[in-house]
Amino acid sequence: MTYLFQIFNGIGIGMLYFLLAVGLSVIFGLLQFVNFAHGAFYLLGAYFTYDLVERGYSFWVAMPLAAIMVMALAALTEIVLLRRIYKLPHTFHILVTVGLALIIQEMTIIVWGPLGGNVPPPEGLNGVIIVGDFIYPEYRLFVIAFTAVLAVGLWWVLEGTRIGAIVRAGSESSENTALLGYNTLRINSAVFGLGAGLAGLAGALAAPIRGVEPFMGLEALGIAFVVVVIGGMGSYTGALLAGILVGVTQSVMASLWPEGARLMIYLGMALVIVAMPRGLLGRA
Amino acid sequence: MSIALQVENLNTFYGKSHILQGIGLEVREGEIVALLGRNGAGKSTTLKSVCGALRPAQGAIRFRGKDIAGWPAFRAAQEGLLLVPEDRGIFGLLTVEENLRISQRKGSPWSLKDIYRMFPRLEERRRNNGGQLSGGEQQMLSIARALLNHPRLLMLDEPVEGLAPVIVDEIVNQVLEIKQRGIPILIVEQNLAVCAKIADRNYIIELGKIAYHADAVTFANDDEARDRYLGVKAD
Ligand SMILES: Nc1ncnc2c1ncn2[C@@H]1O[C@H](COP(=O)(O)OP(=O)(O)OP(=O)(O)O)[C@@H](O)[C@H]1O
Ligand SMILES: [Mg+2]
Repeated sequence: MTYLFQIFNGIGIGMLYFLLAVGLSVIFGLLQFVNFAHGAFYLLGAYFTYDLVERGYSFWVAMPLAAIMVMALAALTEIVLLRRIYKLPHTFHILVTVGLALIIQEMTIIVWGPLGGNVPPPEGLNGVIIVGDFIYPEYRLFVIAFTAVLAVGLWWVLEGTRIGAIVRAGSESSENTALLGYNTLRINSAVFGLGAGLAGLAGALAAPIRGVEPFMGLEALGIAFVVVVIGGMGSYTGALLAGILVGVTQSVMASLWPEGARLMIYLGMALVIVAMPRGLLGRA
Repeated sequence: MSIALQVENLNTFYGKSHILQGIGLEVREGEIVALLGRNGAGKSTTLKSVCGALRPAQGAIRFRGKDIAGWPAFRAAQEGLLLVPEDRGIFGLLTVEENLRISQRKGSPWSLKDIYRMFPRLEERRRNNGGQLSGGEQQMLSIARALLNHPRLLMLDEPVEGLAPVIVDEIVNQVLEIKQRGIPILIVEQNLAVCAKIADRNYIIELGKIAYHADAVTFANDDEARDRYLGVKAD
């Protein structure tokens, strides 16, 4: 029974990892851009939520607002800074985005202090659900359900709508997309903002579960890369599968052998790289 | 006849190499103009510079009353200046129908239905990915996309290159139908038989300059020009 609890926890956290990873993966697919600031957007999403809740706003206002703020901030960063470096080698992407991530992290410490804080579970979902002798926090169940709905919605947008097809077309060739009359600069900013906004949303949703602290962005960045590598670059279902796998592994290991949780995950990633370099569900 | 597209003194560089050295040409409403020349002469570079896929260093491009030189490609496309590129520019991971749907623009005289009537093969293969099409089907798809995109002038870069004779005939017929519908066409074509069938006027480009210009009848009888600029012996 304890395992069931851990597995549920893992699925919930894994879905948040999926949100993180899918943004990273779509941005890389469209822009061939390695974004080491992705974790910092997660950090900001969590802190914006924390701040708004501290100011007395309901979590139900704070959570979407935080995600939208992160999205706007990321789109602005893309327009002002990042679009100028896409054509440079990947090392420049790393240099600039690591710098950006550090600036955001330090700003977080300056504004909110080094200690972090807690976000209480939102009103209406601060109880537990009891089924037989299985007891589970309502908020965590909500996270699983909400992210599942979001995952289906995102998949539908990407695979089933005209906008999704344009984004996929842009990922194949931005020149040919422009020849059809699409302003690819604007599409790039929108997709970058959306991907970063998903990271911000993951941060906002994670805040009531794990609290906020200034280094949560770094940790999230590492996880997002692991998930993308295991699932396969550019694979939507791969990110979902790998996110849940990593989440569940982490969560179950935490009760069996806490020190080994991280080891297992990186070992798993190393195995995938050796055995299936394109990831579990990566395209050829 | 009024002029649809007028290009003057077009100069384009790739890095330091001066590829287009003052190209000038015009396309009038209702006509098909062919741009000929040997490999590497600068034909594709001309089309790309006109539609903004490449940025010319100098030159005037008047299209529908606007000077569009220096415009990005997407704006020229929105204006109705559409390039069907030499490599066809198909999105290989999108289905045929997705390729078509993202090309649809309000006001185009062609609907998806019209396209499937013109190119039944595209309807048969509409659920296939673009990457799974044959060369001829990809060419049809590329032209079809431009038609859905509300063209005011179509630029075709070697549309029948490497295709089987039946397919060549089919595409030639469609190009003529497009002309009938009132869309002027600037076409790059190496195949002189095809040119003779469709072109109203011909330009020959040599080392980045227009070296020769004539209407179809004059060009058809000018063995010397064809020999000199294209290396085609009269027979
Ligand atoms: N991306 C590029 N970078 C540098 N030089 C280029 C590039 N593309 C083309 N060139 C050069 O520019 C010149 C003109 O090329 P262009 O593609 O316009 O020729 P073309 O007339 O279309 O030839 P073809 O009949 O082979 O298609 C050639 O000498 C070619 O080598
Ligand atoms: Mg060419």
